[in-house]
Amino acid sequence: MSEFSDSPPPSGVTLGELFVGFMKVGVSGFGGVLPFARRMLVDERHWMTEREFTEVLSLSQFLPGPNIINVSIIVGSRYQGPRGSIAASLGLMLMPFLIVLALAALYSRFDTLAAVRDATAAVSSAATGLIVAMGLKMARPLLGSAWQVVIVVLGFAAIALLRLPLLWTLAVLAPLSVACAWWSAWKMRR
Amino acid sequence: MVERVEDEAMIPPVLIELAQQFGALSFLAIGGVNTLIPEIHRRVVDVEHWLTDVDFAQAFAISQASPGPNMLIVSVIGWKVYGFLGALVATLALCLPTSLFTYAISHVWNRFRDAPLRIAIQRGLAPVTVGLVLATGYVLARTTDETLIAYAFTAVTAALALATRIHPLWFLVAAGGLGAMGAT
Repeated sequence: MSEFSDSPPPSGVTLGELFVGFMKVGVSGFGGVLPFARRMLVDERHWMTEREFTEVLSLSQFLPGPNIINVSIIVGSRYQGPRGSIAASLGLMLMPFLIVLALAALYSRFDTLAAVRDATAAVSSAATGLIVAMGLKMARPLLGSAWQVVIVVLGFAAIALLRLPLLWTLAVLAPLSVACAWWSAWKMRR
Repeated sequence: MVERVEDEAMIPPVLIELAQQFGALSFLAIGGVNTLIPEIHRRVVDVEHWLTDVDFAQAFAISQASPGPNMLIVSVIGWKVYGFLGALVATLALCLPTSLFTYAISHVWNRFRDAPLRIAIQRGLAPVTVGLVLATGYVLARTTDETLIAYAFTAVTAALALATRIHPLWFLVAAGGLGAMGAT
């Protein structure tokens, strides 16, 4: 199964292994599976080094679309080209997709029960708390820089308070923020 | 799972709309799907009236209580709109366009790895993403929390998640248990 290329190892990861490896990742995590992808790729199967994973991850986060799906596309293509991407992303999504639909169907059958409705509402409230915590954690490293704080506040106000469309918010904020990053890097160099 | 529906005359309009709405959204997901939730809510509840606030909160809860990527909320919304086909179309619409894009870009990426503009873009997008994730928390709280006790669930979970290293799943399990016993 190894490829005749001069770039070192990655050889020997088959379509089946990609499918199964990412399937395991898909069913492992709740509210995001990126940490499990790292564990599978780096620690368990040694398909890539820590450094390579960090590079794949930062590219995945930089590109639009669901991050973990981007990871599966990049890793799959690296070992088996387009078919590898399909095997990895299908493996990743298949089980969670079926499980979540089974849960939804189950829920719609029992949602006349007050206990089920109340439990779901409470889960939703707690899950919201997890997202708030995630946002605050991500905000912490940015607090030292004034322009980054301003961008965070503007983004929050546009979407949460003014309920502006995301497209217009991004069209204004993203270039502005990138320009600020460029400018602050330029200032540092001088 | 990647079959396309070709025959135009056979496709119910709502499926086409699902594909359009979520297909357009996928390219706006710059910091992962969590940044998209307010926009999904705006389109699905406020603009298209496919779901009520309560439906939306349920879809969110179900997707969080299920293992897997957090984009599954889109699958549940698709399911609520048009059953299994709706779920399939919504999920593919959110994944397929950006996956093709990622596939293409990842092959030329290494050439730009150290370009200053790339670094500026990456650094510049970070605070935008943070603002959007915080907005997601706010919009979800407004959508899902109907009572003061529900707000307390959100606040306590956020505080404990920040202060401790408890696995996130336990918060959902505990909340579900308390909710079922009528604590809210």
